[in-house]
Amino acid sequence: MKKTPLYDRHFALGAKMIDFGGWLMPVQYTNVIDEHHATRTQAGLFDICHMGEIDVKGPQAFALLQRVMSRNLEKQVAGQMKLSVLSNEQGGIIDDLTVYQLEEDHYMVVTNAASKKKDLHWLQTRREAEGFFQVEITDRTETLGKLDMQGPRAQTILQSLTEGDLTGLKYYYSLNTTVAGIPALLSRSGYTGEDGFEIYAASDRIGLVWDRLLAAGAGGGLKPIGLGARDTLRLEAGMMLYGHEMCESVSPYEVIYGWLVDLEKDFVGRDALMQQKKKGVSRKLVGFEMIDRGIARADYKVFKYGREIGEVTSGTFAPTLNKAVGLAFVPVIYSEPGTEIDIRIRERDVKAKVVKLPFYRRSDKHIFYNIFI
Amino acid sequence: MSKPNLTDRKYSKEHEWALAHDDGTATVGITDYAQEMLTDIVFVELPPVGKKLKQMDPMAVVESVKSVSDVYAPVSGEIIAVNLSLENQPELINQDAFGQGWITKLKLDDPAELSGLMDAAAYDAMIREEKH
Repeated sequence: MKKTPLYDRHFALGAKMIDFGGWLMPVQYTNVIDEHHATRTQAGLFDICHMGEIDVKGPQAFALLQRVMSRNLEKQVAGQMKLSVLSNEQGGIIDDLTVYQLEEDHYMVVTNAASKKKDLHWLQTRREAEGFFQVEITDRTETLGKLDMQGPRAQTILQSLTEGDLTGLKYYYSLNTTVAGIPALLSRSGYTGEDGFEIYAASDRIGLVWDRLLAAGAGGGLKPIGLGARDTLRLEAGMMLYGHEMCESVSPYEVIYGWLVDLEKDFVGRDALMQQKKKGVSRKLVGFEMIDRGIARADYKVFKYGREIGEVTSGTFAPTLNKAVGLAFVPVIYSEPGTEIDIRIRERDVKAKVVKLPFYRRSDKHIFYNIFI
Repeated sequence: MSKPNLTDRKYSKEHEWALAHDDGTATVGITDYAQEMLTDIVFVELPPVGKKLKQMDPMAVVESVKSVSDVYAPVSGEIIAVNLSLENQPELINQDAFGQGWITKLKLDDPAELSGLMDAAAYDAMIREEKH
Protein backbone atom coordinates (compact mmCIF):
# COMPACT_ATOMS: atom_id res chain seq x y z
CA MET A 1 0.00 0.00 0.00
CA LYS A 2 1.23 3.50 -0.83
CA LYS A 3 1.94 6.13 1.80
CA THR A 4 1.71 9.88 1.31
CA PRO A 5 4.66 12.13 2.29
CA LEU A 6 2.66 12.98 5.44
CA TYR A 7 2.33 9.42 6.73
CA ASP A 8 4.73 9.87 9.67
CA ARG A 9 2.88 12.99 10.74
CA HIS A 10 -0.47 11.18 10.75
CA PHE A 11 1.07 8.40 12.77
CA ALA A 12 2.51 10.88 15.29
CA LEU A 13 -0.92 12.53 15.58
CA GLY A 14 -2.42 9.15 16.48
CA ALA A 15 -4.61 8.94 13.38
CA LYS A 16 -6.52 5.79 12.54
CA MET A 17 -5.35 4.69 9.09
CA ILE A 18 -7.33 2.90 6.37
CA ASP A 19 -6.84 1.73 2.80
CA PHE A 20 -8.36 4.22 0.37
CA GLY A 21 -7.81 3.56 -3.33
CA GLY A 22 -4.55 1.73 -2.59
CA TRP A 23 -3.28 4.45 -0.24
CA LEU A 24 -2.86 4.28 3.51
CA MET A 25 -4.84 7.34 4.60
CA PRO A 26 -5.98 8.86 7.91
CA VAL A 27 -9.71 8.21 8.43
CA GLN A 28 -9.82 10.17 11.68
CA TYR A 29 -7.47 11.83 14.17
CA THR A 30 -9.90 12.30 17.08
CA ASN A 31 -13.40 11.50 15.90
CA VAL A 32 -15.44 12.18 12.78
CA ILE A 33 -18.05 14.41 14.40
CA ASP A 34 -15.54 16.77 16.04
CA GLU A 35 -13.52 17.00 12.84
CA HIS A 36 -16.67 17.64 10.82
CA HIS A 37 -17.77 20.49 13.12
CA ALA A 38 -14.23 21.95 13.20
CA THR A 39 -14.31 22.26 9.40
CA ARG A 40 -17.81 23.81 9.31
CA THR A 41 -17.17 26.31 12.10
CA GLN A 42 -13.40 26.98 11.98
CA ALA A 43 -11.03 25.30 9.57
CA GLY A 44 -9.74 21.87 8.59
CA LEU A 45 -6.57 20.68 6.89
CA PHE A 46 -6.73 17.53 4.73
CA ASP A 47 -3.94 15.37 3.31
CA ILE A 48 -5.02 14.90 -0.31
CA CYS A 49 -1.65 13.73 -1.66
CA HIS A 50 -3.31 10.49 -2.82
CA MET A 51 -5.22 12.24 -5.61
CA GLY A 52 -3.72 12.11 -9.09
CA GLU A 53 -2.22 15.05 -10.96
CA ILE A 54 -1.61 14.69 -14.68
CA ASP A 55 0.10 17.39 -16.70
CA VAL A 56 -1.14 17.92 -20.25
CA LYS A 57 1.16 20.24 -22.12
CA GLY A 58 1.91 21.34 -25.66
CA PRO A 59 0.32 23.01 -28.71
CA GLN A 60 -2.36 20.29 -28.91
CA ALA A 61 -3.11 20.08 -25.18
CA PHE A 62 -6.36 22.00 -25.56
CA ALA A 63 -7.42 19.95 -28.60
CA LEU A 64 -6.90 16.68 -26.72
CA LEU A 65 -8.72 17.79 -23.58
CA GLN A 66 -11.56 19.33 -25.57
CA ARG A 67 -11.94 15.94 -27.28
CA VAL A 68 -12.02 13.82 -24.11
CA MET A 69 -13.83 16.12 -21.67
CA SER A 70 -17.62 16.45 -21.64
CA ARG A 71 -17.25 20.05 -20.58
CA ASN A 72 -16.55 22.77 -23.10
CA LEU A 73 -13.13 24.20 -22.22
CA GLU A 74 -13.17 26.81 -24.99
CA LYS A 75 -13.80 29.77 -22.72
CA GLN A 76 -11.46 28.60 -19.98
CA VAL A 77 -8.63 31.05 -19.34
CA ALA A 78 -5.22 30.60 -17.73
CA GLY A 79 -5.70 30.53 -13.97
CA GLN A 80 -9.18 29.03 -14.18
CA MET A 81 -10.26 25.53 -13.25
CA LYS A 82 -13.26 23.53 -14.42
CA LEU A 83 -14.99 20.48 -13.07
CA SER A 84 -15.53 17.96 -15.86
CA VAL A 85 -16.38 14.40 -16.72
CA LEU A 86 -14.15 12.06 -18.68
CA SER A 87 -16.66 9.92 -20.58
CA ASN A 88 -16.28 6.70 -22.52
CA GLU A 89 -17.86 6.00 -25.93
CA GLN A 90 -21.09 4.83 -24.27
CA GLY A 91 -21.32 8.09 -22.34
CA GLY A 92 -20.37 6.42 -19.05
CA ILE A 93 -18.25 8.27 -16.50
CA ILE A 94 -14.59 7.18 -16.51
CA ASP A 95 -13.86 9.78 -13.85
CA ASP A 96 -14.97 13.15 -12.55
CA LEU A 97 -12.07 15.51 -12.29
CA THR A 98 -10.90 19.10 -12.28
CA VAL A 99 -9.00 20.67 -15.14
CA TYR A 100 -6.67 23.56 -14.27
CA GLN A 101 -5.46 25.74 -17.10
CA LEU A 102 -2.08 26.77 -15.71
CA GLU A 103 -1.07 28.78 -18.78
CA GLU A 104 -1.67 28.70 -22.50
CA ASP A 105 -1.09 25.13 -23.79
CA HIS A 106 -0.51 23.83 -20.27
CA TYR A 107 -3.14 22.08 -18.19
CA MET A 108 -3.20 20.01 -15.02
CA VAL A 109 -5.90 17.37 -14.60
CA VAL A 110 -6.66 16.34 -11.01
CA THR A 111 -8.17 12.87 -10.71
CA ASN A 112 -9.64 10.61 -8.06
CA ALA A 113 -6.93 8.48 -6.43
CA ALA A 114 -8.26 5.13 -7.60
CA SER A 115 -8.97 6.42 -11.14
CA LYS A 116 -5.59 7.96 -11.90
CA LYS A 117 -4.12 4.96 -13.67
CA LYS A 118 -7.05 4.47 -16.02
CA ASP A 119 -7.40 8.22 -16.65
CA LEU A 120 -3.75 8.39 -17.61
CA HIS A 121 -4.15 5.37 -19.87
CA TRP A 122 -7.28 6.86 -21.44
CA LEU A 123 -5.55 10.18 -22.16
CA GLN A 124 -2.59 8.38 -23.72
CA THR A 125 -4.84 6.11 -25.79
CA ARG A 126 -6.87 9.04 -27.10
CA ARG A 127 -3.69 10.95 -27.84
CA GLU A 128 -2.58 8.10 -30.12
CA ALA A 129 -6.03 7.54 -31.61
CA GLU A 130 -6.53 11.20 -32.49
CA GLY A 131 -2.94 11.69 -33.60
CA PHE A 132 -2.39 14.61 -31.22
CA PHE A 133 1.33 14.11 -31.00
CA GLN A 134 2.17 17.66 -30.03
CA VAL A 135 1.06 17.07 -26.48
CA GLU A 136 2.98 15.67 -23.56
CA ILE A 137 1.16 13.75 -20.84
CA THR A 138 3.01 13.47 -17.53
CA ASP A 139 1.93 11.83 -14.29
CA ARG A 140 2.96 14.20 -11.47
CA THR A 141 1.23 12.39 -8.61
CA GLU A 142 4.46 11.23 -6.98
CA THR A 143 6.21 14.58 -7.15
CA LEU A 144 3.32 16.91 -6.40
CA GLY A 145 1.73 17.04 -2.94
CA LYS A 146 -1.78 18.32 -2.29
CA LEU A 147 -3.52 19.67 0.80
CA ASP A 148 -7.05 20.99 1.15
CA MET A 149 -7.77 23.72 3.65
CA GLN A 150 -11.47 24.27 4.17
CA GLY A 151 -13.73 26.24 6.46
CA PRO A 152 -14.72 29.80 7.36
CA ARG A 153 -11.26 30.60 8.75
CA ALA A 154 -9.29 28.98 5.92
CA GLN A 155 -8.65 32.24 4.07
CA THR A 156 -7.39 34.16 7.11
CA ILE A 157 -5.03 31.38 8.12
CA LEU A 158 -3.70 30.75 4.62
CA GLN A 159 -3.33 34.48 3.95
CA SER A 160 -0.96 34.78 6.91
CA LEU A 161 1.48 32.45 5.12
CA THR A 162 1.14 33.45 1.48
CA GLU A 163 2.18 36.41 -0.65
CA GLY A 164 -0.76 35.85 -2.96
CA ASP A 165 -3.88 38.00 -2.61
CA LEU A 166 -6.58 35.54 -1.59
CA THR A 167 -9.33 38.14 -1.34
CA GLY A 168 -9.04 38.64 -5.09
CA LEU A 169 -9.04 34.91 -5.84
CA LYS A 170 -12.44 33.90 -7.20
CA TYR A 171 -14.16 30.53 -6.84
CA TYR A 172 -12.63 27.95 -9.18
CA TYR A 173 -9.63 30.14 -10.02
CA SER A 174 -6.01 29.38 -9.19
CA LEU A 175 -2.94 31.36 -8.27
CA ASN A 176 0.77 30.62 -8.53
CA THR A 177 2.36 31.88 -5.35
CA THR A 178 4.17 30.67 -2.25
CA VAL A 179 3.04 29.21 1.07
CA ALA A 180 5.55 29.53 3.91
CA GLY A 181 8.07 30.55 1.27
CA ILE A 182 7.54 27.36 -0.73
CA PRO A 183 6.32 27.64 -4.33
CA ALA A 184 2.68 26.56 -4.44
CA LEU A 185 -0.41 26.57 -6.61
CA LEU A 186 -3.60 27.56 -4.79
CA SER A 187 -7.17 27.42 -5.98
CA ARG A 188 -10.35 28.47 -4.25
CA SER A 189 -12.20 25.18 -4.38
CA GLY A 190 -12.79 22.03 -2.36
CA TYR A 191 -15.05 19.19 -1.39
CA THR A 192 -16.81 20.21 1.80
CA GLY A 193 -19.39 22.89 0.96
CA GLU A 194 -17.28 25.46 2.81
CA ASP A 195 -15.08 28.23 1.48
CA GLY A 196 -11.52 27.00 1.15
CA PHE A 197 -8.51 26.15 -0.91
CA GLU A 198 -6.72 23.34 -2.64
CA ILE A 199 -2.96 23.71 -2.22
CA TYR A 200 -0.33 22.05 -4.43
CA ALA A 201 3.42 22.01 -3.66
CA ALA A 202 6.35 19.70 -4.33
CA SER A 203 5.86 16.45 -2.42
CA ASP A 204 9.26 16.76 -0.70
CA ARG A 205 8.18 20.15 0.70
CA ILE A 206 4.50 19.42 1.40
CA GLY A 207 5.28 18.24 4.94
CA LEU A 208 6.72 21.64 5.71
CA VAL A 209 3.63 23.36 4.28
CA TRP A 210 1.45 21.09 6.45
CA ASP A 211 3.47 21.91 9.60
CA ARG A 212 3.48 25.65 8.97
CA LEU A 213 -0.25 25.75 8.22
CA LEU A 214 -1.13 23.77 11.35
CA ALA A 215 1.08 26.03 13.47
CA ALA A 216 -0.33 29.22 11.93
CA GLY A 217 -3.90 27.96 12.31
CA ALA A 218 -3.71 26.50 15.81
CA GLY A 219 -5.02 29.72 17.41
CA GLY A 220 -7.83 29.88 14.84
CA GLY A 221 -8.99 26.36 15.56
CA LEU A 222 -7.44 24.69 12.50
CA LYS A 223 -7.40 20.91 12.86
CA PRO A 224 -6.18 18.01 10.72
CA ILE A 225 -9.21 16.22 9.26
CA GLY A 226 -9.47 12.61 8.15
CA LEU A 227 -11.33 10.97 5.29
CA GLY A 228 -14.25 10.12 7.60
CA ALA A 229 -15.25 13.74 8.03
CA ARG A 230 -14.30 14.50 4.41
CA ASP A 231 -17.03 12.04 3.45
CA THR A 232 -19.74 13.43 5.77
CA LEU A 233 -18.85 16.99 4.72
CA ARG A 234 -19.09 16.24 0.99
CA LEU A 235 -22.30 14.28 1.41
CA GLU A 236 -24.02 17.06 3.36
CA ALA A 237 -22.97 19.43 0.57
CA GLY A 238 -24.60 17.07 -1.98
CA MET A 239 -21.30 16.27 -3.66
CA MET A 240 -20.77 12.89 -5.27
CA LEU A 241 -17.92 10.40 -4.86
CA TYR A 242 -16.55 8.34 -7.73
CA GLY A 243 -16.98 4.63 -6.98
CA HIS A 244 -20.15 5.35 -5.00
CA GLU A 245 -22.43 7.56 -7.09
CA MET A 246 -20.48 7.07 -10.30
CA CYS A 247 -18.86 4.30 -12.31
CA GLU A 248 -18.31 3.59 -15.98
CA SER A 249 -21.90 2.45 -16.52
CA VAL A 250 -23.41 5.59 -15.00
CA SER A 251 -24.13 8.55 -17.25
CA PRO A 252 -23.74 12.21 -16.23
CA TYR A 253 -27.49 12.63 -16.88
CA GLU A 254 -28.38 10.04 -14.25
CA VAL A 255 -26.37 11.83 -11.58
CA ILE A 256 -26.12 15.55 -10.95
CA TYR A 257 -23.64 16.13 -13.78
CA GLY A 258 -25.86 16.94 -16.76
CA TRP A 259 -24.57 20.50 -16.47
CA LEU A 260 -21.04 19.27 -17.23
CA VAL A 261 -22.07 18.00 -20.66
CA ASP A 262 -21.93 20.28 -23.69
CA LEU A 263 -23.56 18.51 -26.63
CA GLU A 264 -22.73 21.45 -28.92
CA LYS A 265 -19.10 20.38 -29.12
CA ASP A 266 -17.61 17.14 -30.38
CA PHE A 267 -16.17 14.80 -27.76
CA VAL A 268 -15.86 11.09 -27.02
CA GLY A 269 -19.22 9.83 -25.78
CA ARG A 270 -21.22 12.70 -27.23
CA ASP A 271 -23.36 10.61 -29.58
CA ALA A 272 -24.39 8.24 -26.83
CA LEU A 273 -25.14 11.12 -24.47
CA MET A 274 -27.17 12.89 -27.14
CA GLN A 275 -29.32 9.78 -27.54
CA GLN A 276 -29.77 9.56 -23.79
CA LYS A 277 -30.75 13.19 -23.56
CA LYS A 278 -33.32 12.70 -26.33
CA LYS A 279 -34.82 9.54 -24.85
CA GLY A 280 -34.46 10.61 -21.24
CA VAL A 281 -32.90 8.50 -18.49
CA SER A 282 -34.92 5.95 -16.53
CA ARG A 283 -33.23 6.31 -13.15
CA LYS A 284 -31.91 9.31 -11.28
CA LEU A 285 -29.69 9.98 -8.33
CA VAL A 286 -31.64 11.69 -5.53
CA GLY A 287 -30.99 12.92 -2.04
CA PHE A 288 -33.11 11.47 0.76
CA GLU A 289 -33.47 11.84 4.49
CA MET A 290 -34.72 9.23 6.94
CA ILE A 291 -38.18 9.81 8.39
CA ASP A 292 -38.09 6.90 10.84
CA ARG A 293 -35.12 5.88 12.99
CA GLY A 294 -32.20 4.34 11.15
CA ILE A 295 -29.13 5.13 9.12
CA ALA A 296 -29.03 4.16 5.46
CA ARG A 297 -25.68 2.94 4.18
CA ALA A 298 -24.18 2.38 0.73
CA ASP A 299 -25.65 -0.70 -1.06
CA TYR A 300 -28.83 -0.86 1.05
CA LYS A 301 -31.84 -1.42 -1.23
CA VAL A 302 -34.63 1.07 -1.83
CA PHE A 303 -38.26 -0.14 -1.88
CA LYS A 304 -41.61 1.35 -2.82
CA TYR A 305 -44.89 -0.47 -2.17
CA GLY A 306 -42.80 -3.51 -1.20
CA ARG A 307 -40.98 -3.66 -4.55
CA GLU A 308 -37.28 -3.08 -4.92
CA ILE A 309 -36.74 0.09 -6.96
CA GLY A 310 -33.16 1.14 -6.37
CA GLU A 311 -30.06 1.31 -4.26
CA VAL A 312 -28.36 3.64 -1.78
CA THR A 313 -24.97 4.87 -3.06
CA SER A 314 -23.88 6.82 0.04
CA GLY A 315 -25.52 7.20 3.41
CA THR A 316 -24.50 8.49 6.79
CA PHE A 317 -25.45 10.33 9.91
CA ALA A 318 -24.98 13.99 8.98
CA PRO A 319 -23.42 15.83 11.93
CA THR A 320 -24.38 19.40 10.96
CA LEU A 321 -27.97 18.45 10.12
CA ASN A 322 -28.17 16.03 13.04
CA LYS A 323 -30.06 13.48 10.96
CA ALA A 324 -29.47 10.54 8.68
CA VAL A 325 -29.25 11.35 4.96
CA GLY A 326 -28.07 9.67 1.79
CA LEU A 327 -27.98 9.49 -1.98
CA ALA A 328 -29.76 6.77 -3.95
CA PHE A 329 -30.69 5.76 -7.48
CA VAL A 330 -34.45 5.57 -8.00
CA PRO A 331 -36.70 5.44 -11.09
CA VAL A 332 -37.41 8.94 -12.42
CA ILE A 333 -41.10 8.67 -11.39
CA TYR A 334 -40.01 8.47 -7.73
CA SER A 335 -37.39 11.21 -7.92
CA GLU A 336 -39.52 14.22 -7.02
CA PRO A 337 -38.77 15.83 -3.63
CA GLY A 338 -41.35 14.77 -1.09
CA THR A 339 -41.74 11.24 -2.49
CA GLU A 340 -41.74 8.66 0.29
CA ILE A 341 -39.47 5.64 -0.15
CA ASP A 342 -38.41 2.76 2.11
CA ILE A 343 -34.83 1.82 2.84
CA ARG A 344 -34.32 -1.80 3.81
CA ILE A 345 -32.12 -1.81 6.91
CA ARG A 346 -31.34 -5.25 8.36
CA GLU A 347 -34.48 -6.86 6.87
CA ARG A 348 -36.75 -4.01 7.97
CA ASP A 349 -38.23 -1.30 5.75
CA VAL A 350 -37.54 2.11 7.24
CA LYS A 351 -39.35 5.17 5.92
CA ALA A 352 -37.41 7.95 4.15
CA LYS A 353 -38.27 10.76 1.75
CA VAL A 354 -36.68 12.30 -1.31
CA VAL A 355 -35.40 15.83 -0.62
CA LYS A 356 -33.80 18.60 -2.65
CA LEU A 357 -30.02 18.79 -2.83
CA PRO A 358 -27.80 19.99 -1.31
CA PHE A 359 -28.71 18.89 2.21
CA TYR A 360 -26.48 21.62 3.61
CA ARG A 361 -25.82 25.05 2.23
CA ARG A 362 -23.54 27.44 4.02
CA SER A 363 -25.08 30.77 4.92
CA ASP A 364 -22.88 32.90 2.63
CA LYS A 365 -23.75 30.56 -0.17
CA HIS A 366 -21.63 30.42 -3.21
CA ILE A 367 -22.20 30.40 -6.93
CA PHE A 368 -21.28 26.69 -6.86
CA TYR A 369 -24.75 25.76 -5.75
CA ASN A 370 -26.19 27.00 -9.02
CA ILE A 371 -25.63 23.49 -10.29
CA PHE A 372 -28.54 22.28 -8.19
CA ILE A 373 -31.10 24.62 -9.77
CA MET B 1 -6.88 6.01 27.14
CA SER B 2 -9.90 3.96 27.98
CA LYS B 3 -11.27 3.75 31.48
CA PRO B 4 -10.13 0.83 33.66
CA ASN B 5 -12.10 -2.39 33.27
CA LEU B 6 -14.16 -2.91 36.39
CA THR B 7 -13.60 -6.01 38.52
CA ASP B 8 -17.29 -6.41 39.46
CA ARG B 9 -18.19 -7.87 36.04
CA LYS B 10 -17.22 -10.33 33.31
CA TYR B 11 -16.07 -9.68 29.74
CA SER B 12 -16.52 -11.38 26.34
CA LYS B 13 -14.07 -11.65 23.47
CA GLU B 14 -16.40 -9.43 21.46
CA HIS B 15 -15.98 -6.60 24.00
CA GLU B 16 -19.27 -6.91 25.85
CA TRP B 17 -19.52 -6.81 29.64
CA ALA B 18 -22.05 -8.58 31.86
CA LEU B 19 -22.72 -7.55 35.44
CA ALA B 20 -24.50 -10.31 37.34
CA HIS B 21 -27.11 -9.51 40.00
CA ASP B 22 -28.29 -11.67 42.91
CA ASP B 23 -31.73 -12.26 41.35
CA GLY B 24 -30.43 -14.27 38.36
CA THR B 25 -30.31 -11.30 35.98
CA ALA B 26 -27.41 -9.44 34.42
CA THR B 27 -26.90 -6.00 32.95
CA VAL B 28 -25.07 -5.99 29.62
CA GLY B 29 -23.19 -3.36 27.65
CA ILE B 30 -20.06 -2.82 25.58
CA THR B 31 -16.71 -1.98 27.13
CA ASP B 32 -15.06 1.39 27.26
CA TYR B 33 -12.34 0.04 24.98
CA ALA B 34 -15.03 -0.91 22.44
CA GLN B 35 -16.66 2.52 22.49
CA GLU B 36 -13.24 4.09 22.09
CA MET B 37 -12.61 1.96 19.00
CA LEU B 38 -16.02 2.80 17.56
CA THR B 39 -15.86 6.52 18.47
CA ASP B 40 -18.87 8.83 17.99
CA ILE B 41 -21.82 6.42 18.37
CA VAL B 42 -24.83 7.96 16.63
CA PHE B 43 -27.40 5.16 16.56
CA VAL B 44 -28.33 2.15 18.67
CA GLU B 45 -30.82 -0.51 17.57
CA LEU B 46 -32.27 -2.25 20.63
CA PRO B 47 -33.90 -5.69 20.73
CA PRO B 48 -37.54 -6.11 21.80
CA VAL B 49 -38.15 -6.95 25.47
CA GLY B 50 -39.06 -10.64 25.77
CA LYS B 51 -36.67 -11.75 23.04
CA LYS B 52 -34.75 -14.92 23.93
CA LEU B 53 -31.10 -15.09 23.01
CA LYS B 54 -28.43 -17.76 23.03
CA GLN B 55 -24.92 -16.85 24.05
CA MET B 56 -23.21 -15.02 21.13
CA ASP B 57 -26.47 -14.30 19.28
CA PRO B 58 -26.58 -10.77 17.81
CA MET B 59 -28.37 -8.70 20.47
CA ALA B 60 -28.19 -5.06 19.37
CA VAL B 61 -26.53 -2.87 16.73
CA VAL B 62 -24.41 0.19 17.41
CA GLU B 63 -23.52 2.55 14.61
CA SER B 64 -20.87 5.24 14.53
CA VAL B 65 -20.75 7.80 11.74
CA LYS B 66 -18.69 5.40 9.63
CA SER B 67 -19.44 1.90 10.94
CA VAL B 68 -22.16 -0.59 11.79
CA SER B 69 -21.35 -3.14 14.53
CA ASP B 70 -23.26 -6.00 16.08
CA VAL B 71 -23.38 -6.37 19.85
CA TYR B 72 -23.62 -10.03 20.92
CA ALA B 73 -25.30 -11.51 23.96
CA PRO B 74 -22.38 -12.47 26.23
CA VAL B 75 -24.66 -14.97 27.99
CA SER B 76 -27.93 -16.76 27.10
CA GLY B 77 -31.18 -15.37 28.42
CA GLU B 78 -34.35 -13.37 27.90
CA ILE B 79 -34.32 -9.60 27.44
CA ILE B 80 -36.18 -8.12 30.40
CA ALA B 81 -35.23 -4.47 29.88
CA VAL B 82 -33.52 -2.24 27.32
CA ASN B 83 -31.92 1.15 27.84
CA LEU B 84 -34.42 3.37 26.00
CA SER B 85 -32.31 6.47 26.74
CA LEU B 86 -29.96 5.27 24.04
CA GLU B 87 -32.59 5.96 21.38
CA ASN B 88 -32.19 9.70 21.88
CA GLN B 89 -28.75 9.73 23.49
CA PRO B 90 -26.65 7.03 21.83
CA GLU B 91 -23.60 9.03 22.98
CA LEU B 92 -24.23 7.74 26.53
CA ILE B 93 -22.21 4.70 25.45
CA ASN B 94 -19.26 6.94 24.59
CA GLN B 95 -19.61 8.89 27.82
CA ASP B 96 -20.24 6.08 30.27
CA ALA B 97 -19.99 2.63 28.67
CA PHE B 98 -19.87 0.79 32.01
CA GLY B 99 -22.72 2.77 33.59
CA GLN B 100 -25.40 4.91 31.93
CA GLY B 101 -24.49 3.42 28.57
CA TRP B 102 -25.77 -0.07 29.50
CA ILE B 103 -27.72 -1.71 26.69
CA THR B 104 -29.93 -4.54 28.02
CA LYS B 105 -30.86 -6.52 31.11
CA LEU B 106 -31.11 -10.29 30.68
CA LYS B 107 -32.75 -12.98 32.78
CA LEU B 108 -30.01 -15.60 32.68
CA ASP B 109 -30.72 -19.11 31.36
CA ASP B 110 -27.59 -20.50 32.94
CA PRO B 111 -25.60 -18.38 35.40
CA ALA B 112 -22.73 -20.86 34.99
CA GLU B 113 -22.06 -19.34 31.56
CA LEU B 114 -20.65 -16.31 33.38
CA SER B 115 -17.72 -18.29 34.65
CA GLY B 116 -16.71 -18.97 31.05
CA LEU B 117 -16.22 -15.23 30.44
CA MET B 118 -13.05 -13.27 31.19
CA ASP B 119 -12.41 -11.34 34.36
CA ALA B 120 -11.07 -7.80 34.16
CA ALA B 121 -7.42 -8.91 34.29
CA ALA B 122 -7.86 -11.40 31.43
CA TYR B 123 -9.76 -8.83 29.36
CA ASP B 124 -7.02 -6.24 30.05
CA ALA B 125 -4.49 -8.72 28.71
CA MET B 126 -6.60 -9.43 25.62
CA ILE B 127 -6.93 -5.78 24.59
CA ARG B 128 -3.25 -5.16 25.29
CA GLU B 129 -2.59 -7.94 22.80
CA GLU B 130 -5.05 -6.44 20.30
CA LYS B 131 -3.32 -3.07 20.38
CA HIS B 132 -0.14 -4.67 19.04
